[in-house]
Amino acid sequence: MVEYGDIRVVYRGGSKINFRKPVISNDSRFLLCASGESVKVFSSVTEECVHELRGHTGQVTGVLLRPSNHLQVYSCSTDGTVRLWDFTDGILVRTYVVGYPVYSIYASLNHKEVVFIVTPVQSDKRTELFQLVAVNLPQTPDQLVEARDLSAVLSDVSSNPSTIAFGRGGEYLASVNNLKMEIYFFKKNKSYRFEPFYTKNGGKNTFTCIACHPKDDCVATGHDDGKIRLWRNFKQKKEYTYSTLHWHHSAVSSLCFTPEGTNLLSGGVESVLVQWRYNQENQKDFLPRLGAAITHVTVSPDGALFSTSHSDNKITIIQSCVKVSAVIQGLVKGENVTTGLLVDPRSKALVLNGRPGHLQFYSLQRDKLLFHLDIVQQEYIHEAGLEQFEVVRAAFDASGLWLATVEERKQKSAELELNLKLWSFDEQTQSFVLNTTVSAPHEARITAMCFSQAADSQTTTLVFNLNFWPSWSCDFVGAYHGLVPRCCCFSADGSLLAVGFQEVVTVWNPTSWELLTTLSQPPGDVRNLCFGQLSCSKYLLGSNNKKMVCCWNLLTCSLEWSTSMDVSLLLVDSRSENMAAFCCQDGSTDLFVFKPSEPRPLFSQKAVCSGRVIHAVFTPREVMLESSEESSQWLNRSQLYFLTEFMDLLTFSTKAEEEKLMASSKQLVIDDTVAMTPFYLLLGKHRHEHLGNEESAERTPLPQSSVAIKELLQTPAHVLPATSFLCSMFAKSLLISVTETRSVT
Amino acid sequence: MGEFKVHRIRFFNHMPSAIRVMAFNSHTERLVVARADGAVEIFNFADNYYQEKVIPGRDGKAVEALCWVGRRLFSAGLDGEITEYDLENLRPRNSMEAYGGPIWTISSNSQGTLLAAGCEDGTVKMFEVLEDRIQFQRNLSRQKGRIISLSWHPTGSQIAAGMLDMIKIFDAETGHATHRLLVERGLQRTSNSQEVVVWSVAFLSDHTIISGDSAGKVQIWDGITGTLVRTHLLTKWDVLVLAVSPDESSVIAGTSEGTVVQFQFISSTVDQQDKQWVRTRTFKSHSHDVRALVHTDTAVVSGGVDTQLVVRPLLDKVEKNTQESAMRKIIFPHRNLVSCAKKAGLLLFQFSDHLELWRLGESDGNGETRAHTRLTSNLRVGRFGEDNICCSALSPCGGWLAYATVSSVRLYRLQLDNNITPLVPLSRLQVSKLPKELNSVHQLSFSSDSSKLFASSILSSVIVASVKELECKYLHTFKPPSGEQPVHLLSPSEDGNWLATANTGGEIHVFDLHCSVPVCGSCPTAVSIHPFSCSLVSVHADQQIFEFSLKQKEFTAWSRKLQKQGMHPLWLQRDAPITRVTFNPNNPTHILLHDTSMFCIVDQILPLPEEKTRFYNQSVLQSLSLGERLRNSHAFKVYRNFQNLLCVDLMEDHSLVVVERPLLDIVSQLPAPVQQKKFAT
Repeated sequence: MVEYGDIRVVYRGGSKINFRKPVISNDSRFLLCASGESVKVFSSVTEECVHELRGHTGQVTGVLLRPSNHLQVYSCSTDGTVRLWDFTDGILVRTYVVGYPVYSIYASLNHKEVVFIVTPVQSDKRTELFQLVAVNLPQTPDQLVEARDLSAVLSDVSSNPSTIAFGRGGEYLASVNNLKMEIYFFKKNKSYRFEPFYTKNGGKNTFTCIACHPKDDCVATGHDDGKIRLWRNFKQKKEYTYSTLHWHHSAVSSLCFTPEGTNLLSGGVESVLVQWRYNQENQKDFLPRLGAAITHVTVSPDGALFSTSHSDNKITIIQSCVKVSAVIQGLVKGENVTTGLLVDPRSKALVLNGRPGHLQFYSLQRDKLLFHLDIVQQEYIHEAGLEQFEVVRAAFDASGLWLATVEERKQKSAELELNLKLWSFDEQTQSFVLNTTVSAPHEARITAMCFSQAADSQTTTLVFNLNFWPSWSCDFVGAYHGLVPRCCCFSADGSLLAVGFQEVVTVWNPTSWELLTTLSQPPGDVRNLCFGQLSCSKYLLGSNNKKMVCCWNLLTCSLEWSTSMDVSLLLVDSRSENMAAFCCQDGSTDLFVFKPSEPRPLFSQKAVCSGRVIHAVFTPREVMLESSEESSQWLNRSQLYFLTEFMDLLTFSTKAEEEKLMASSKQLVIDDTVAMTPFYLLLGKHRHEHLGNEESAERTPLPQSSVAIKELLQTPAHVLPATSFLCSMFAKSLLISVTETRSVT
Repeated sequence: MGEFKVHRIRFFNHMPSAIRVMAFNSHTERLVVARADGAVEIFNFADNYYQEKVIPGRDGKAVEALCWVGRRLFSAGLDGEITEYDLENLRPRNSMEAYGGPIWTISSNSQGTLLAAGCEDGTVKMFEVLEDRIQFQRNLSRQKGRIISLSWHPTGSQIAAGMLDMIKIFDAETGHATHRLLVERGLQRTSNSQEVVVWSVAFLSDHTIISGDSAGKVQIWDGITGTLVRTHLLTKWDVLVLAVSPDESSVIAGTSEGTVVQFQFISSTVDQQDKQWVRTRTFKSHSHDVRALVHTDTAVVSGGVDTQLVVRPLLDKVEKNTQESAMRKIIFPHRNLVSCAKKAGLLLFQFSDHLELWRLGESDGNGETRAHTRLTSNLRVGRFGEDNICCSALSPCGGWLAYATVSSVRLYRLQLDNNITPLVPLSRLQVSKLPKELNSVHQLSFSSDSSKLFASSILSSVIVASVKELECKYLHTFKPPSGEQPVHLLSPSEDGNWLATANTGGEIHVFDLHCSVPVCGSCPTAVSIHPFSCSLVSVHADQQIFEFSLKQKEFTAWSRKLQKQGMHPLWLQRDAPITRVTFNPNNPTHILLHDTSMFCIVDQILPLPEEKTRFYNQSVLQSLSLGERLRNSHAFKVYRNFQNLLCVDLMEDHSLVVVERPLLDIVSQLPAPVQQKKFAT
């Protein structure tokens, strides 16, 4: 095997941004959220990702504004470190090594230089027990600091970060776990434990989240049955009391008080943000139709912005509970991607299942969701256990002008409901418009669907009992010995159609609909079929579930070669002869890239990722790469993206590509006043030119050339020497020397 | 055990009356409940919530307000009279016309010297409470509009009155109004023109006034400045009643939706002293209006249109998971409304205004529960006068029927003809001449040979009269050596030698022997004399069972063993009292007991249940083999096949009469509750 040092697997976004509560900066301009192994800083106005704070080597499990400095932020991770960042500049300030995986982080103004983290209890590894630990952060100027001064505060806490909250500026700490509530007073060093529900199973009373009132001694808890309870008078062991608010019909997933404590916000699976007036609880406001179940609710420190995280990997920013002002949408991860990965030939966007009943268009270049196309066009009901229409198949034609989708609904008692929809691209609205709906095109589930590549006729092939749909009418129904077809494939010129009927590969003529030939196949159900491209178009490749890959020569109708390989996924690059095969072995996946005509693989990599690769796709590059190296040539024309079973979107990148990226990111020098977005860069350039033309005469040009000023303005604040030291130097540099003025006048 | 033919009867349309008002006396721990039909019931909270006394009402006399003054009980109603009750003889002692139109409310000051009554004509009338009566003292300054609610300041210097659209505060010394607090009219339900009724006010010792009104608000006022402090909107409908806890840290409000909402006086932050009223818990234990509320130290007691009395302990005041912390619902009266003529197979059902007589039909099955009674004939006896029936009795031979109201007793001779067709009613003849001693009676009973009528009268005495051929002759009066409380249980022995009586003071006397059974602290709920062994079995409100041998004049060995070992915890946890004790003549060791939820056969031969044995094991035992069954069985055989039992009695032909009153039938007869939106409907 050849080692390909310059090609590596790159994590390509699409990670969860709804994993933990986001944080809104003090001035409400930025929103920070944990995203995979990094912290993303979004502009709350433009929805653009401004910075990505990279450095953690494990999943980031919490983001927290530093109470003593609102321009800095703590992040914690399962890699056992707490890092302090300057998020406006995107600089790592300090790393505290804790040594244990950290699951959440809390801090309060009352406790200077102390953070509270949740770590697993070390003594017992079998059970999932967690404890809350106070960590003293040593004040040393070093970059890497060992923080070993730990002291346990509460034992038996939940790892869910929304179950612990500080009350009244850090006077006390409240924690809930299952059916228990514990309140710890720091001043008296005493904790009160409550087990208020004495029902034996108590299943519906389970605590789900907690929030503390910022001014009063009042703790709000959310419960599994949708109730919110406000606890008061909890300083006595027995005489605590509570009132109950009930609007949610399912579990309350998040609670949050506004900074002044006048309102309480709650959210749940109903995807409605509820705002309760504190002390006037029967007055409540609703913000409905937020799209998906709410997982977290946060408020900015000035109370102007609310943000809700949703289960479809979305963060909504809401202005004063009335208006959705921005939506930050990540790659939506449905329960299963039944459509596979597709590439829209027009926009080059990745297309896959998104929200229930939708197709999402995701820009790979910008790691951003472009839009959702509503396929089902029915209201989605937020209720567990309800069978609703799902998009199961989608296919684009070669030009990207037509899109075919299949939706189905299977109910336990009723028979399968199927709809085939054909969408045409409308140039004016720049979106797909529903053209035709065919209800119940088949009697049973549709297993595969593809467009003919031929330019003149729009042909969708839907395979089960083999119906062929040219120009939206069923043209032909084919069957082969009553077997169930599993996969189908058109040749590049559209002159042949290969259909795999369980163990038999059949080749059909799509114009006359006659069965041309059947190809011999070693025993085993055909899993994948594809025709070779360009110079290799005479080959048809297939893989079966008996660990065999076969290549037939269609000219001779004979087996060209076959090899023993457990290929789970076989795909072809439409821009080149290359084919990629993913083999699944022992929990990890290997990749082979080869040409059907050549015996040696162009590229192979063992263990590209852990877990199975579910879907993969070749996407054509906009700009060709000029790589001469043999091993990376296959990446010149297109890129290979693949989706693992953990729903991570990964790709391959070459060294040259990365260098280019690094160079471009360095150009983005951040101005403090405006969030750096591509739009701003564009606009700023214009404005700059504009200003330069008109106002250059009036404005005294700053001595840009001065080294001192440049240094002062460009070095980050925390590495600068004291201001008193700099002041004289800075003032001096601003002075215009006498000789120069003379020469000017 | 034994197999019985069962008459399962469900046509006793007993309908409890809605609870109108309640008052609690914390010194004696007695709760008094007034119902819509005018009946006044007294519950002893110290003795397992036993319904000790019932004073029947009369037509046209609805009780609107109740008030304890020391141990004296006063009531007022829309007939404009203030009535004091004689709790020893279970009848009104005296009534006094207030001359102010209908009286909506009465309230006594904490010293117990003055009684204030709020009248329809807008006056608050002050009455002085004297030793034997009350005397009108003066009117406070007259207002426009009726006085709906009253509350004294604990010092007695001021009095707050809830009216239409406003609350007035009077100085009790001068009688002048010092403040007028305007209550906002409802915003949601009604137009602005409809006036708001202040249904209830509470005056706290820190001069805070809390009001509940028909717009669904609970408002907190500062009584010194007369300003509104807080408004809590509870419901779209009315807040009907408020109650304050004795330590004034908690207030509860009952609404038309059937909810009870608690407010607590809590400091907002732990270390500070400034407290405020915060709405906390909501209890939903009623389906209809909550008309009456009492806040005791440890519990919330509520009652309303759905006729149930609900005692819900506050979990922050009592120990969790104890018998004390269990919620109680009292639905059925704790006394017998059904009398059986054992020999004749007749049943007498007592309603508040009439009696129904039914004859048992042929039971057409032989299983335990399958047999149903076919209705053959019935007789409806309407009562005379305006007073409601307080007790009734049917002689065992079926030849005599007696009933009593507060003021009179009536006796009928029934003509029985066994060959009559089902449709022909039984004929009855009234015995016109009754001895004059029989005028005020609490309980009636016939001797087993139907020749004597026993009637309990004043001062725990029992009057014995012989009945024979349309004649009733006074024989003599039994007078116990002690006791002033009314007799509520009469139980003559089968052989006619003895008569056992029990009074609400907890004393049991057996006449003809003139012996009294040692008093145990709890009030007896059922007594009976065993026909063969001549032992007296008594069951008490605290669920204890005693057996007293009348021959040896001491507790029997079985009773002592039972006391030594103690009752099973599950037996003690039942919340309804045993209301009838009967014996099985075929099997002298069997005692039949029943309460509203179960009936039980106590077998004195079998071993007593240990604390750890499974108590309710009858269904398990059915499936076991004979040997196993004997080993696992214990003395208490509890049957829960029948629910909501009003009567279980054994007839002479050894068939069991079971009278049930399904709760659903009661609920279906209630008026419709207020409309409420229910989720997912």
